[in-house]
Parts: sequence; structure tokens; C-alpha cells
Amino acid sequence: MAWFESAGLSLIVFLPAAGALALFALPKAREDAQKWLALLTTGLTAVLAVAVAANFNYGSSEKFQFEVSESWIPAIGARYHIGIDGISLPLLVLSAVVTVLAVIYSWDHWEEPRNVRGFLALILLLATGMNGTFVALDLVLFFIFFELVLLPMYFMIGIWGDSAKRRIPVLGRTVTMRLYAAIKFFLFTLFGSAFMLLGFLALYFRSGDFLGNNTFDIPTLIALGSQNAFGSGTFAFLVFGAMFLGFAVKVPMWPFHTWLPDAHTAAPTVGSVLLAAILLKLGSYAFLRISIPILPDMAREWAPFIGLLAVIGIIYGSLACLAQTDVKRLIAFSSVGHMGFVMLGIATMTDVGFNASLIGMVAHGLITGLLFFLAGSMHHRYHTREIARLGGNQKLMPWMGGILAFTAMASLGLPGLAGFWGEFMSLLGAYRPLAGLSLSQFQTYMVIGAIGTVLTAGYMLWMLQRVNLGEPKAEWSGHEFNDVGTTEWLAWAPLIVAIVAIGVYPRIVLGATTDAVVNLARTAFGG
Amino acid sequence: MDLDYHALAPELVVAATILVVLGLDVVLPRPRKYWTAFAGVLGLALAAVPLLTLAFGDGPETRSMLGGAYVVDGFALVLKAVFIVGGYLVLLMSVSFIESDRYYQGEYYLLMLTSILGSLVMASSRDLITLFVGLELVTGPLFLLAGWRKGDAKSNEASLKFFILGVLSTAILLYGMSFLYGLTGSVTFEGIREAAPDLLDSGAFRLAVLFTLVGFGFKVTAVPFHFWAPDTYEGAPTPVTAYLSVGSKAAGFVGLLLLCYKALPSVTEIWGPALWVLAALSMTLGNLTALRQDNVVRMLAYSSIAQGGFILVPFAAAAVSSDAAVIQEAASATIVYVIIYAFMNLGAFGVVIAGARRTGSTMIDDWAGMWRYAPRLAVLGAMFFFSLAGIPPLAGWYAKFAMFLSILRPGNAWTTALAVIAAVNAVIALVYYARIGKTMWMDHVPEGADRSAVATRPLTGSLALALGISALFVVVAGILPFEFAGVFADLAKVVTTGI
Repeated sequence: MAWFESAGLSLIVFLPAAGALALFALPKAREDAQKWLALLTTGLTAVLAVAVAANFNYGSSEKFQFEVSESWIPAIGARYHIGIDGISLPLLVLSAVVTVLAVIYSWDHWEEPRNVRGFLALILLLATGMNGTFVALDLVLFFIFFELVLLPMYFMIGIWGDSAKRRIPVLGRTVTMRLYAAIKFFLFTLFGSAFMLLGFLALYFRSGDFLGNNTFDIPTLIALGSQNAFGSGTFAFLVFGAMFLGFAVKVPMWPFHTWLPDAHTAAPTVGSVLLAAILLKLGSYAFLRISIPILPDMAREWAPFIGLLAVIGIIYGSLACLAQTDVKRLIAFSSVGHMGFVMLGIATMTDVGFNASLIGMVAHGLITGLLFFLAGSMHHRYHTREIARLGGNQKLMPWMGGILAFTAMASLGLPGLAGFWGEFMSLLGAYRPLAGLSLSQFQTYMVIGAIGTVLTAGYMLWMLQRVNLGEPKAEWSGHEFNDVGTTEWLAWAPLIVAIVAIGVYPRIVLGATTDAVVNLARTAFGG
Repeated sequence: MDLDYHALAPELVVAATILVVLGLDVVLPRPRKYWTAFAGVLGLALAAVPLLTLAFGDGPETRSMLGGAYVVDGFALVLKAVFIVGGYLVLLMSVSFIESDRYYQGEYYLLMLTSILGSLVMASSRDLITLFVGLELVTGPLFLLAGWRKGDAKSNEASLKFFILGVLSTAILLYGMSFLYGLTGSVTFEGIREAAPDLLDSGAFRLAVLFTLVGFGFKVTAVPFHFWAPDTYEGAPTPVTAYLSVGSKAAGFVGLLLLCYKALPSVTEIWGPALWVLAALSMTLGNLTALRQDNVVRMLAYSSIAQGGFILVPFAAAAVSSDAAVIQEAASATIVYVIIYAFMNLGAFGVVIAGARRTGSTMIDDWAGMWRYAPRLAVLGAMFFFSLAGIPPLAGWYAKFAMFLSILRPGNAWTTALAVIAAVNAVIALVYYARIGKTMWMDHVPEGADRSAVATRPLTGSLALALGISALFVVVAGILPFEFAGVFADLAKVVTTGI
């Protein structure tokens, strides 16, 4: 299987893009053929990703495997260097699988204007960007893939998004949500990544002082970082800050989160799912892959600050959820809270915390992805997302209600389901942060985080009560509602199974990540 | 005086084409004037042949003549290739546009080719006089071309404004050059380079350098010497505007490159800060003004001012360093940016021409929902405008990347500050570039719009060819920039040898 070792990851990255091109070879009217082609390419990509996971050597998950390093832009020493380790493997599999589910769900859920071919092509392009980010081991390559997701998502939100009008107090005028959300998403992310790029370039130049020649190569820079080559002076501070801007906007951390509720709410269902499940992870993953191992001293210095923003995010997200009247917006704000837990785990700078953040990322991808699917399907049936108008969902659609209840439980961190581990372990990590960090400070964060879990349970149960329980509102009497349909079952069943499986047996994720994060914590902080 | 006719072949072919076009225009009856277009397009394509034989043939790498005043080396060849391909694209775009005007076709191609000839001369010039002659050959015909639509008051205004300010800038430039000659006693770049270090304390010399810079500042529409550009761009026929914003602007940058790196590398303390300021102002003011435009041509005018600022950024990096590698990287970044910018901006203008044919308007709002009735055009539009914004994987990203790479290399507080200004501007620029994408893809077709009256096919054969070539470049150079990057690095060595 030598070919698979060398070409497997590249196929996972570029197969979707090739599929996107191939879509345009099909006639516009042949929508069925287009759907099958998209399913085939994403399905094959997911099979390859699973095959990579199956052939992955878990005994040495801290090492990069399936590595490929080819010359790409020799003039600046940027290489086509890809590979995968225990940190990126779960995220790559998550990304490949969720993309297939998105295509399956799209089968009979189309928003206006229909244009099946265009929509599928955007999903496929997104997949290339997302998968590529998780395997890139060169800063320039990482930057390209990181930015590649912007255009498809911009068009997805802007064309197929929600056309509702909404008054924006800051702008002082009424805007169409999809247009406003699309450009806001684009601008926020580009603002962050412009500074991220400056940070990357600064690392590139400084690396030349130690190596003789400049490099964008992430493993080489990590090796430099483990010797604290970049130090803890102004240079490292500025570089960390520049990259922090880029990653924190993507996560998003409070106070950079304001694009998220708009984008998630306005995006078409599949767009929200991919945004929540995968795109947010690009930011938190980048902390683990780039910021912390390359600038460990700075990471330690910034940790209390990151932790502070994280717990503010947790509390702020939960409180904002309590105030929402729109199901989808509520789920969007819940993401701010959940990503707060992920970032709190990272801020502890311990292996436990890193593990917490990784399993938290996977769990959030599965659970919030499913929640957005549900919100989309309910909107499809009720033609409204107003919580006040819903009610008695359990009676009208028993299966839909059941799955919603299940997912909400998973989201609030019920033990036995996937969401539990991320929250629990990140609080655990905060109890005992990296030596040298203020114990009392992080334990305060832990207490605040714990209050956050209570609030999370509060808003989730309250939402469930208002949407699912009680009697259906009078306006729905006489309506016939179709319960969960075939494509919905096909798209959701894998998520439900995975949520239970990871909840019961977290080693599915931790088995891959543990060695890698232990190694990360050790090389970065020694011990 | 021995001339190397092989080295001069591209210029000779273009000159011959000009004569042929002139002859045909005299001989042919009016309904057959379109043959002049054929002759022009064909002649320009032929001019590319000797370029290839020069580049890949056996002869010497550097062919110098006229006492070193005229040199054909790698730098000149690649820029000539850009000018010829760019000119070719503009001619292709002109064919249907000028045909629809029905008059003075012959003169149009004659003047356009003359201007292209001027840019070829500039790329080879290595002394002040040749540089000046080349520059005037580029600009002179454009005064006439800007006023092409004689019946249109805006076109007249465009031409007049361009002419008056163009002549003013020429006067300033020439004044500066005369001082340079007077103080250094030499018109060749080499002579100036040798004499310059001793003159550093001379106030007259500083003034001479600054005057020359101001002269070029007009040509590359750097703020605050930009105010002629938006009106001229808007009033001139669109293909002429495309040429103004790419061909003549690139020629200006070539002049600036030669002057700064070849003639004045030892006095960076004079031109470095000046260009720093021009770059920062051009980026910021160009962008902020572009935000408020409703006409796509005016928007492109301000956007090209801002892009000009980005192109100037690497000069500031070269100015603070004495390290040959840094200077080379800066020169290379400018060349990379100019070339990539040429293709993506020409593509954007091609889209504007096609869009105006289809909708009868260059107001951005009139293009709403274009993807419903012209999907291919909408795809191309999104491609070129997002490439201008620098979004990967379209070629624009590499131009910006190379620019950031060069400006961060010196690690000096001033250059880093400029990098931050550039980064913020890159984000601002997205707002107006994305607006075109938004309008074409996300807005609804305006109610009551009567498309049938103007609904000619948006793409004629020649326009489609021009757009196809630009699109191919924008995609390939974006995904595989290494092929270009290597060439550029070599070029930069050629430019900066002797420093």
C-alpha cells in the first residue's frame, strides 16, 4: 500500500476540488447526476479518510504520518508538505464525514435559488479547503487552505442564505441578513488572517537566524520552538499576537465572535452545519498546531488571557442564548459557549486540557452539526424558527422531537454522550494548569466554567421545553407534518451513533490524541 | 554605430505593423476598415516571435547597444513580453468595442500600437533620454485615445484633463532629469549611479531626484498625483482605460524601477521615505475613495490607485537595506505584482466591457443578479475581482504575499509599520471588490429592467479570447506560482546588478 501512504492525503484534499470541476462537465439540467457525482466524490473522500485512520499507527501518534514533502515554490522555500498526526487525524475524519452527510442532506433540501450544481460545487470546494488545512505542514500551504474556505462560504451564505431583513443598530439601517452576514464573515476572517500572515512571515524570517535558511516548514519550526528559539521578547509577543488575531477570529473567541451568530443564522442549513462543525475548528486547531508548539513561552504568557476570554465566552454565550427567540440563533450562540470550553482547555497548556479541547472540538462538530440540521429541518416544516410559535414538537413529530431532545442533552454535556468529555476534561485541566500559571486564577476560571455548564443546561432545557413539550400551538392544528425523512435519517444516524459511541467510549478520539498532546505538552513546556 | 537587429526585432515588427495599419487605413474603403484591426492584432502577435528567439536562442544574455543606452536583457525581455501580451489583450478587447463606434478605426489601432511601442522602448532604456522618449511615446497617443468619443463631453474632459496634467508631469520630470544630468554630468544610469554618492549633500540633487519621482508619480497615479485618473478613466473608451490602468501604468513602474535601482541605488535616503509616503497614501486614500463609488469604472480607477500603492511598498523595503538579497527581493516583488496585476486588471476590464454590452450600463447596481442571465460572465467577474482582492487560490494572493514578504524582511520599525498599513488596506479593499461579486451573484435582477433592447451577446469572439487568456493566467499563477517566482527572482538579479 505504498501508493496509499504517499497519495492518500493528497487525494483526500484534492478529490473534492476535482469533483467540483467535474460537476460543470455535467449538463445543468441533470440534477440527479450532479448529486450522485457529489456523493461519490465526498463518499470516496470519507472512505479514504477512514482508511487513513485505519492504517494510522496509533503507537506513535505524536509523529507525522502519511507525510509528503514536495517542492512547491522554491523561490521562497515553501513546500507542499502534508502529513497527519494524532491531533489532526480526528478532525480530518470529522471533516470528511460531515461533508458526505451534508451532501446527503442536500439531496432533497434546497433553498432558493435552487442551482443544485453551484451549491454542490461550493460544498466540494469547502471540503478541499477544510481537509487541506488539517493536513498542511507548511505555513504558506496552511494559509492558502485556511483562506480557501472563505470564498465558497461567502457565496453560500450570500446566495442561498436567509433573506429576512433586520435592523442593525450600529449601522443605523436595515439590511438583508444573508448579504450582511456574508460580508461580515468574510471581512472578520480576512482581517484576522491578514495579521496571521504577517505573523507567519515574521517567523519565516526569524527562522533564518537559527537555520541559515528561512523556512515555512511547520515541523522544523516546532523543533525550533521546542528549544525556545523565538524567545519571549517583543518579537515573540507580536508574532503570537498577530497569529492570535487570525485564529481567535476563526474560533471565534469573545469579543471577536460577533460575525458568528449572524453567519450561522443567515447561512443555509448545510452552510451552518459546515461552519459550526468544521470551520470553527480551523482556528482552535491552529492554536495546537502552530501557536503553542512554535512559541511555547508566549503561549504560557498569554494563557491567562486566553483563559479569561474563554470563560467570558462561556458565560456570555450562555446568557445570550437565554435571550434568543430564534432557534437557529440560539444554537449559534451556544457555539460561542462551547468553543469557550475548547479554548479553556487549550489555555491550561496541559495535556489534559489539550485532550479536552480536541475531544470538545469533535463533539461540538457532531452535536452542533446535528442541531443545525434539526433547526433546518424544522424550519423547512414550520416555515418559522420563532421559539414562541413552536411548541408540542414532540407530539407533532415524535422522531424529530426525540432526536432534538437527544441532541440537546448531548449539547448540555450529559454524561454518557460526547459533549460531556470536552466540558468535564477542560474543567479538570483548569483545576491543575501548567506549572507556573496562577493556580487560583485558573481555579476561578474552573468555577466560572462550571457555572457555565449549569447555564448551558438551563438554556438548552428551557429551549427544549418551549419547542418540544406542551401542546402544539393553535396555528398548527390541521397541519400534517412529515416526520424525519429518509435522507434526514441517512444524514443524521451516523452523527447520533458517533455521539453515543464517543460518549460511552471516548478512547475513539483520545486513543489517537493522547500520545500526541502529551508529546506536545512535553516538547513545548518540558515535562 | 552597429545595431543588433535581432535584439531590436520586436520593436521593428511593431513599427512595421504601425506602418501597415497606416497604409491600410488610407487604402481601404470605410466598410472594410476592420482589416486594420486584423493587421494590428496579427502584427503584435508576430512581435512576440523574436522575443521567444531572443529569450531561448543561443545568443548572448545581454545585448547592449548605443553605448549602453539601449539594453536587451532578461528584465527587458520579460517586461516586453508583458507589454506585448497586455497590449494584445487590449487590442482584442477593442475590436468589438471600436467597431460599434464605426469611425476612425485605423487611427485607433495606429495610436494604440504606437503607445505599446513606447513601452517596449522603455523596458530597454538605460539612459534618461531613451527613458524619456519611451515614456512620451507611451503617453502621447493616449492623450488622443482618451478623447476618442468626440461627441461625448465626458470623453473630451477626460482627454483634456489627462493632457494638461500629463504635460505638467512631463515638464516636472524633464526639469528633474535636466538637473540630474547637470549635476552628475551623465545621462546614462551607470554614470548617474557612479556620481550620485558624492552629491548626497547637494540640495539641488535632492530636488532633482524628488522632481523625477513626482513626474513618475503622475504616471503611476500615486496619491497625491492621482486626481486626473478617475475622470480620465471614466470618460475614455473602456479599452483605453484598461490600457491606461495597466500598460501605461506598468510602463511608469518600469521607469521607476530603472531609476531607483539602476540609477539611484546609493541615495535611498532620498527616495525611500518619499516612496514610503506615496505608497501609504495611495493605498489608503485609493481604497477609501473606491469604497464610495457606484460606477464600476470609477471604482476600478480608485482601486488601481490603491493597487499602485501596493506595488510601491517594496521600494520602501529596498530603501532601508544595503543587503543585496533584500533589495533583489524587493525588486522581484514589484515585478511580480506588476505582472499579476496586469492580467487580473485587464480581466476585470474585460468583464466591464462585456457587462456594459450586456446591460448597457457601468453602474454597479445595474449589474444586479447578472448570474441569472449571464452566468459565465458572472463567474469571470467574481474571479477577477476576488483575485484583485488577493483571495487565494487566485493569482492576486501571490502578488500580495510577495509584497508582504519583501516589506517584512528588513525587520525595521518603519517597514513593519508599512506592512501593517498594507494589511489593513488589503482588508478594506475586499469590501468594494466583494461588492461586485455580491451584486452579480446575490442581488435580484432590478425590477422592470428591459434587457432585450441591449441584450446583445456579451462576449464576442475576441473578447472571450482576451478573458480566457487572463482567466487562465489568474488561475494557474495562483495555484502554481513557483514557475513565475523563479523567473522573477532571476529578473530581480538583472535589475539590481551592480548595486
